[in-house]
Amino acid sequence: MKSASNLERVLTAGHFAVTGECGPPRGADPEKVLKKAALVKGNVDVCNVTDNQTSVVRMSSLAGCMLVKQSGIEPLLQMVVRDRNRIALQSDLLGAAALGVHNLLCLSGDHQKFGDDPKAKNVFDIDSIQLIHLVKTMRDEGIFPSGEKLDGVPRFYIGCAVNPFADPFEIRVPRLKLKVDAGADFVQTQCIYNMDKFKLYMEGARKQGLHERVKILAGVTPLKSAGMAKFMNRMVAGIDIPDEVIKRVADEPKEKQAAKGIEICIEQIQELKEMEGIAGVHVMAIEWEEKLNEIVGGAGLLPRPVVEQ
Amino acid sequence: MITGTPKPIEEILEMIEPYDNIIVAGCFGCVTVCRVGGDKEVQVLSSTLRLAREASGRKIEIKEICLERQCDPEYLEPMRPYVEDYQAVLSIACGAGIQFMAEKFMKTPLLPGINTGFLGVTERQGEWAERCQGCGDCVLHLTGGICPVTRCAKSIFHGPCGGSVNGTCEVAKDIKCGWQLIIDRLKSLDQMENYGKLKPYKGWDASRDGGPRRILREDMI
Repeated sequence: MKSASNLERVLTAGHFAVTGECGPPRGADPEKVLKKAALVKGNVDVCNVTDNQTSVVRMSSLAGCMLVKQSGIEPLLQMVVRDRNRIALQSDLLGAAALGVHNLLCLSGDHQKFGDDPKAKNVFDIDSIQLIHLVKTMRDEGIFPSGEKLDGVPRFYIGCAVNPFADPFEIRVPRLKLKVDAGADFVQTQCIYNMDKFKLYMEGARKQGLHERVKILAGVTPLKSAGMAKFMNRMVAGIDIPDEVIKRVADEPKEKQAAKGIEICIEQIQELKEMEGIAGVHVMAIEWEEKLNEIVGGAGLLPRPVVEQ
Repeated sequence: MITGTPKPIEEILEMIEPYDNIIVAGCFGCVTVCRVGGDKEVQVLSSTLRLAREASGRKIEIKEICLERQCDPEYLEPMRPYVEDYQAVLSIACGAGIQFMAEKFMKTPLLPGINTGFLGVTERQGEWAERCQGCGDCVLHLTGGICPVTRCAKSIFHGPCGGSVNGTCEVAKDIKCGWQLIIDRLKSLDQMENYGKLKPYKGWDASRDGGPRRILREDMI
């Protein structure tokens, strides 16, 4: 094993993995995280804790990870390169490892323009692919990228995100390959709604044998309403919700749209489970953690396997 | 060229408020080309300030000059005999020119009349766009002649990020995705093999992070 990660153990044992996420609150109240964590517990193998997503200031990802861990769930630290230079990145990685975080997701981070502080200075000292390389160098070579020897090696299971629906489409598989070459162990994808396009993406990934070099976890997010679907389609770059999916939700009366959204999400997971090269799902029930059990259970993925170290 | 935009006239009037006589100094370099700090702009700005001050009941005397370049010492020296006859200099050269003049004339306050912008090009009459951040370590030969540091809002070296939509950057609809441009160029040059290579971490010490930079050419000294 490269790490002490439960996700790595579950995937290596050949199980179909399930990951979820907890967005930390916009304040210092730990109860907000603990409450979400209680809803996530038992439904996932590890739980992502987001890092100031959409550039909105929130409780730090590492603090959120600690609260999630305290709740008995294995945390996954999301880390963006927007806010930290390589010195801070390395330092936070060492701190996270020392506190028992075994999973990491290397991200660029949304541009600060989208948050409350659009006038902030961004960092982008290294990019997310170079962060993957940085962590791998620390873990596998026991040295800092500067060449200095580490006194205690952080053993992260290294992840990255991909958006198969951003443009240009033709570059999406080559960019995944760059991430795998840099050292990613697993990938979590952007929310998938356009299954046809995702199939094409996976075909490309399989052609290059990438599914055998990296564990691909397909991202899903249940739609709460037709309104939410339309909003996401319009406002979120790289989200692609086909009209027929929106129509299925919109055709329901308002009070039944959420249930339809969950039904569609479960169908998607079942379809993804059968897709060659898909090793698991990443269920992003954003601010809807109470539905996670219904979704994961409905997809026949409960109870979660226990794989001994 | 170095580009810039005029400061709002209210801001300039506030800056010159304490003074009764000033020099307005333009530059025949970049700021003339991008029509923000040349001879013509000196005249227009000076007239506007005179009129505004007259309207406010407190006239101001303005000497108008335009130097060949404000970033070279030989063009600044001729000002020395008379600069102290004035209470301040309002310069509409770039930030480099304004600072260089400030260094030369220790007793005269220097006021910026423009906001210095970026190293850019004239895309069409009246429209300028950034092309270079002067990062000190050019990689244009690897990126199809398009700079990832300048043209990508995140300055990433392995783009495009997930926010690239139909060739547009997620930051604003009128910003082209730099990495889409790079890929288009690499494809047309048949150099896509460059895309698939992992690039080393950038040394920002060659950029502003190494402190104020200096170029020393022994052969010219």
